[in-house]
Amino acid sequence: MAKVAPRNEMPRQDPHVRGRNFDEVALGYSAEQALAEAQRCLQCKNPTCRDGCPVNVRIPEFILALRDNDMWRAVEMLKDKNNLPAICGRVCPQETQCEEKCVLGKKFEPVAIGRLERYVADWEIGQGVRKPTVAPPTGKKVAVIGAGPAGLTCAGDLAKLGHQVVIYESLHAPGGVLIYGIPEFRLPKAIVRTEVQYVQSLGAELRLNSVIGKLATVDELFAQGYDAIFLGTGAGLPMFMNIPGENLNGVYSANEFLTRTNLMKAYKFPEYDTPIMIGKQVAVIGAGNVAMDSARCALRLGADRVQVVYRRTKAEAPARAEELENAEEEGIEFHYLTNPVSILGTDKGWVSGIRLQKQQLGEPDASGRPRPVPIPGSEYEEQVDMVIMALGTRPNPMVFTDTPSLERTKHGTVVANEESGRTKRERIWSGGDIVTGAATVISAMGAGKRAAADIDAYLKNPQQTWWVE
Amino acid sequence: MYRITAREDLAPVTKLFKVYAPEVARKAKAGQFVIVRIDEEGERVPLTIADYDRDSGEITIVFQEVGKTTKQMGLMKVGDEFASFVGPLGLPTDIEKYGTVLVVGGGVGIAPIYPIARALHEAGNKVIAIIGARNQSLLFWEDKMRSVSDELIVCTDDGSYARKALVTEPMKEILSSDHKPDIIWAIGPAIMMKFAALATQPFGVKTIVSLNSIMVDGTGMCGACRVEVGGKTKFVCVDGPEFDGHQMDWQLLLDRQRIYLDQEKRATELFEQHAHGGCRCGEGK
Repeated sequence: MAKVAPRNEMPRQDPHVRGRNFDEVALGYSAEQALAEAQRCLQCKNPTCRDGCPVNVRIPEFILALRDNDMWRAVEMLKDKNNLPAICGRVCPQETQCEEKCVLGKKFEPVAIGRLERYVADWEIGQGVRKPTVAPPTGKKVAVIGAGPAGLTCAGDLAKLGHQVVIYESLHAPGGVLIYGIPEFRLPKAIVRTEVQYVQSLGAELRLNSVIGKLATVDELFAQGYDAIFLGTGAGLPMFMNIPGENLNGVYSANEFLTRTNLMKAYKFPEYDTPIMIGKQVAVIGAGNVAMDSARCALRLGADRVQVVYRRTKAEAPARAEELENAEEEGIEFHYLTNPVSILGTDKGWVSGIRLQKQQLGEPDASGRPRPVPIPGSEYEEQVDMVIMALGTRPNPMVFTDTPSLERTKHGTVVANEESGRTKRERIWSGGDIVTGAATVISAMGAGKRAAADIDAYLKNPQQTWWVE
Repeated sequence: MYRITAREDLAPVTKLFKVYAPEVARKAKAGQFVIVRIDEEGERVPLTIADYDRDSGEITIVFQEVGKTTKQMGLMKVGDEFASFVGPLGLPTDIEKYGTVLVVGGGVGIAPIYPIARALHEAGNKVIAIIGARNQSLLFWEDKMRSVSDELIVCTDDGSYARKALVTEPMKEILSSDHKPDIIWAIGPAIMMKFAALATQPFGVKTIVSLNSIMVDGTGMCGACRVEVGGKTKFVCVDGPEFDGHQMDWQLLLDRQRIYLDQEKRATELFEQHAHGGCRCGEGK
């Protein structure tokens, strides 16, 4: 490891330009850049990068094929474990996963695995995605509830194994958080559509506009002949702070703000019918990825000033480092150690300001992070006309209508085995945010993948005892 | 896609569609709603279920042309299809044998009150019904309402048909009479429901209203539809759409209905400029 070339940067749109458009920020490697970056891989005899990946992508293998300029083999290696690589290459927090485990990273910068993954996946999309070989039909039927990262992954794997899979999605477009939450400039919707089409090409059937729990209960699905059910409905319920003024016009949940912008394309109003308020002075409460997405969407919609308000410091901010950096570059302001106490309104019911209080860090709380402690007498007001609450989400209980036997925690998440995805109820598996609470796309995909393997094992041998009480 | 199987013009701006959606029809109950979307550019609009037929697989919706989307819907014909037709959403009406019930439908609210009146009637309640509208041309379903009520009072604001009165007048008379109802449903425009709830409050009779808030997903994801009931924030889509009218923060509801007035006005004007006979060309799509 005497001489190692520096990590290849990926070109990005200029911050001053991109802050006013919804086009993708990161532009992807050129062939030369991809090859140069692939050359940096040490091809370790005992690769550790794979252990850092929740779906154990065959990282050294796909990079070797890329280096050999055998692109179809690179695609094959990449997609062996991952049905959605163009998505993962864009939204995975590689710095805390595969790249954190990269041996090169001990002394130098790790191989840019995520950027290479994106390059290979995008290359395949450019060529036209090939339909893979699918096992002969098994005659078994599986219902997958929710077409988000967990459900799509589970459905793709089960379909590949020859099972008949039907995916039920409540919204009018598949993708879950990939389509309603993550903005176009971070994950183009054409990419999501291509990856979903790939899962469909494996044989999975997609039924949109189908709210399970309302249209049919889980029991009714079993009565319709399904052998197994995977619940992957995510964590879609927005949280609010319960402070005065939170229902004023101009206060959005991040979910509503992002859904209007991304799923409904309100940024193209009136070409698209769904309207959205254009805030000029916007406060975003929270510092996770969803808060960054909200702040950057508000900027692109036409805000003059966007302030992120977070009660802890930058060190505790849950957003990916890259997203914080992108937001800072675009001119988003950050107010750390600050928390809202109330939202102020006009007599007509519109937001006119926000009352904030400074915080200091105290003893660690249940989450292990230092607890923010309000500083008495430090309250002050900022003039804003829009407030976006990006405080996290909880699972939507709707799917559990008439399914009381499914055990859940006090946080509303489903109790499921982490390895197998098995819930406490026979023939029901679950994974993703509905089990863990709001987490990452890739961890949900990992859960979908593990559940698919367990469902497949069950379907091949249903006589065995699978549930013991 | 969800095909329109029948269309009826109930009033110049009030239209009825039957839509083929057998899975929704199989589960629909009085009080629930659907979310419709016309096309790929369309917004998601909640509409209360006005009727359902489990055998034919049809859902009946009734809407008033007020903005761009409803005006565009008004141009749809039998055989046309909705891109989305999601439901049945929200909690169904709590149908029990209460004794005497008063049901009140104002304007386009006559449509959602009908299946509730019918279900209450079938459950053995004595149903007193009041339907009202601004004028005769906006009134519909008098016969249908009569068929599911023991007593029907019809009124118009301007007296162009039947009794000249706001619905709150006969409501107060009935509440003051000997056969005071045990429970009341009042559905119509927000302002009518507000005054209906104010009218019944002194009599202490529980008054249920059905809210048609602005929504996006309709499944509890976004919170666009939030209201305050008894000082607590509720989502109309999953906690409602029916709430106790005496507990409602009406001002908040009315304020929140105005969020997109400017954008709606702009979209409607653009649509009307381009909607020569329903052609969407020239809209830049």
